[in-house]
Amino acid sequence: MTMSDTDKTLLRGAKVLGGEPRDVLIEGERIAAVGSGLDAAGATVIDVTGQILLPGLVDLHTHLREPGREDSETVLTGTKAAAAGGFTAVHAMANTFPVADTAGVVEQVWRLGKESGYCDVQPVGAVTVGLEGKKLAELGAMHDSAAGVRVFSDDGKCVDDAVIMRRALEYVKAFGGVIAQHAQEPRLTEGAQMNEGVVSAELGLGGWPAVAEESIIARDVLLAAHVGSRVHICHLSTAGSVELIRWAKSKGWNVTAEVTPHHLLLTDELVRSYNPVYKVNPPLRTEADVMALREALADGTIDCVATDHAPHPHEDKDCEWGAAAMGMVGLETALSVVQHTMVDTGLLDWAGVADRMSVRPSAIGRLAGHGRPVAPGEPANLTLLDSAYRGVVNPAGFASRSRNTPYEGRELPGRVTYTFLRGRATVVDGKLA
Amino acid sequence: MKRHLISAADLSRDDAVLILDTAEELARLADRPIKKLPTLRGRTVVNLFFEDSTRTRISFEAAAKRLSADVINFSAKGSSVSKGESLKDTALTLEAMGADAVVIRHHASGAPHRLATSGWINGAVVNAGDGTHEHPTQALLDAFTMRRHLSGEGPGVGQDLAGRRITIVGDVLHSRVARSNVHLLATLGAEVTLVAPPTLVPFGVESWPCEISYDLDAVIGKTDAVMMLRVQRERMNAAFFPTEREYARRYGLDGDRMARMPEHAIVMHPGPMNRGMEITAEVADSDRCTAVEQVANGVSIRMAVLYLLLGGNESAVAADRTEESK
Repeated sequence: MTMSDTDKTLLRGAKVLGGEPRDVLIEGERIAAVGSGLDAAGATVIDVTGQILLPGLVDLHTHLREPGREDSETVLTGTKAAAAGGFTAVHAMANTFPVADTAGVVEQVWRLGKESGYCDVQPVGAVTVGLEGKKLAELGAMHDSAAGVRVFSDDGKCVDDAVIMRRALEYVKAFGGVIAQHAQEPRLTEGAQMNEGVVSAELGLGGWPAVAEESIIARDVLLAAHVGSRVHICHLSTAGSVELIRWAKSKGWNVTAEVTPHHLLLTDELVRSYNPVYKVNPPLRTEADVMALREALADGTIDCVATDHAPHPHEDKDCEWGAAAMGMVGLETALSVVQHTMVDTGLLDWAGVADRMSVRPSAIGRLAGHGRPVAPGEPANLTLLDSAYRGVVNPAGFASRSRNTPYEGRELPGRVTYTFLRGRATVVDGKLA
Repeated sequence: MKRHLISAADLSRDDAVLILDTAEELARLADRPIKKLPTLRGRTVVNLFFEDSTRTRISFEAAAKRLSADVINFSAKGSSVSKGESLKDTALTLEAMGADAVVIRHHASGAPHRLATSGWINGAVVNAGDGTHEHPTQALLDAFTMRRHLSGEGPGVGQDLAGRRITIVGDVLHSRVARSNVHLLATLGAEVTLVAPPTLVPFGVESWPCEISYDLDAVIGKTDAVMMLRVQRERMNAAFFPTEREYARRYGLDGDRMARMPEHAIVMHPGPMNRGMEITAEVADSDRCTAVEQVANGVSIRMAVLYLLLGGNESAVAADRTEESK
């Protein structure tokens, strides 16, 4: 069955946002009807009885590596991985080579995304030239470019200079932009290799203290409030960070935050293996942090899940811990990890998953056409999940060019069966179309 | 015995006492005119040193040679490693050359663990110091030295260090010697107190099986052995303490402090010493200081470790090797 050959597709028996079974008719790029016993005339019918239907997932934090590190990922392989994971839009981080700090580079990434056809690619622009934290990049030019950049981040590095951060927050108000901060006080994390705590003390690995994240968050929510702008905090990893975001939101400030799937599941105890597949930035924290992050995602203090998909070639992980690169791939396992940590634990229902993985990230990125209700007239950006499925993660089957997953050999629930990007199937029966 | 020696924490009390007792037996060899046993004839021991450490390397080299093993010294400097070869490729090369044991010193914490568990090599791995993690043979030779001095009559064969009070002073944060000693001494029943300025105690130390003190004078009067750790002068520039002189005044061991130690108590130092910093010349050269004796004991301990790992018993190690040689 070739999905793209037909104009009409009828999904039979889908549990829309986990609710009662409904039929969903897709016509062209849009949802034509949602109801029971819909007429199948002229449509390709897919029986998806019992499967969960969600709006297409949106990732605010993806490293596609192109241009510059095509040995680890390209826009094409990264968007294939995204589609396989149920995503219909990803935000491509700016730490490429060259850095996405000009209109030219963001337009190149945007164009490569259009050509891939698997998933919308919304480039993120660097806040400062070369991610060096010294001089503002041409934020306006990136916004005015074809890529229409609205999210700016020096991710991988922290905008640590308080004045530069203040200016960036102020400047993007002119076009409704948002600064996505990688919160890491650089002096407190020199030589940092893992979470600073009981395990780092034993292993003799340089500590990355929670306070290095929390002190920047505290400063930046205050700055955002002071200048009346929007700040988004990338990959929250500590219980203290949660408290700060909760406090900032209680003040009514325009502050949002994301958490990665791996920070919802894994802890620094895994580092005892010295296996660099667990090396990531910010580092894996403690069980108490994991529980605080889950609770905050459930109650909405943390707005969304973002993968921080960070592909690395094999040789950058097949070495001693100190020499290894930081980061994990995550697009193809994100929904499974969220089901495992949030849904199967009763913390979040499927409507909540739709909110945290599609609606809110779209709102933060002001992304048109994504994170919309499953309703007639809306763009048919949709994801179907077989939540009853149980499988062992095998990176050999990944669409991503890289294999650095911390879940290899681990049993996780859920499997993306179909992904639709504006009515066209990018994933069919669990395989890339 | 285990197959590798990566961490002092991996040793049970019986493992540790067996190593100390074996070292005691092997130490008698040093008094003979011909200091050599045929035990490891035909076996190859590689000293793989990614960090310069002449003292530790020659100690392992002497140990292996006294057991008649073939010794290959592989120093990262001036080798393919300095041209960017990975730990993995170096390991595969050594494996191809038939290394029965690899003694590794590496600047990255966990590198020996990685070498032993990655499947790159089949031989035994001995950690000769990794980053700021561990240095288990140093802890063993320290325990050996303590047992000889503190066990009353004789060298203390069969005994552990139950109830002995050991004080370790200095840069605990960056010290692999301290980490290995805390694990091993706890296993052997000793009561350990770490003394350092708060800046040089690791965050998260509360889970360690020892006491922490910031005041050397408060503990020096009730200790059976004081171990002074080397303090690198560079630490001063990173604001761990204000000046060398202030460090020496508060945490150095001088004649006055030594005089307040119990009469039987010994002064230990893993070397190399910073005279005038953590230890004065008066103390370093006194007959209570065991630094030179520790060096001699190091050879005996490393002989015992190589002997036990490479077939000195009939346990899994020996069976393993037979399997591999098929």
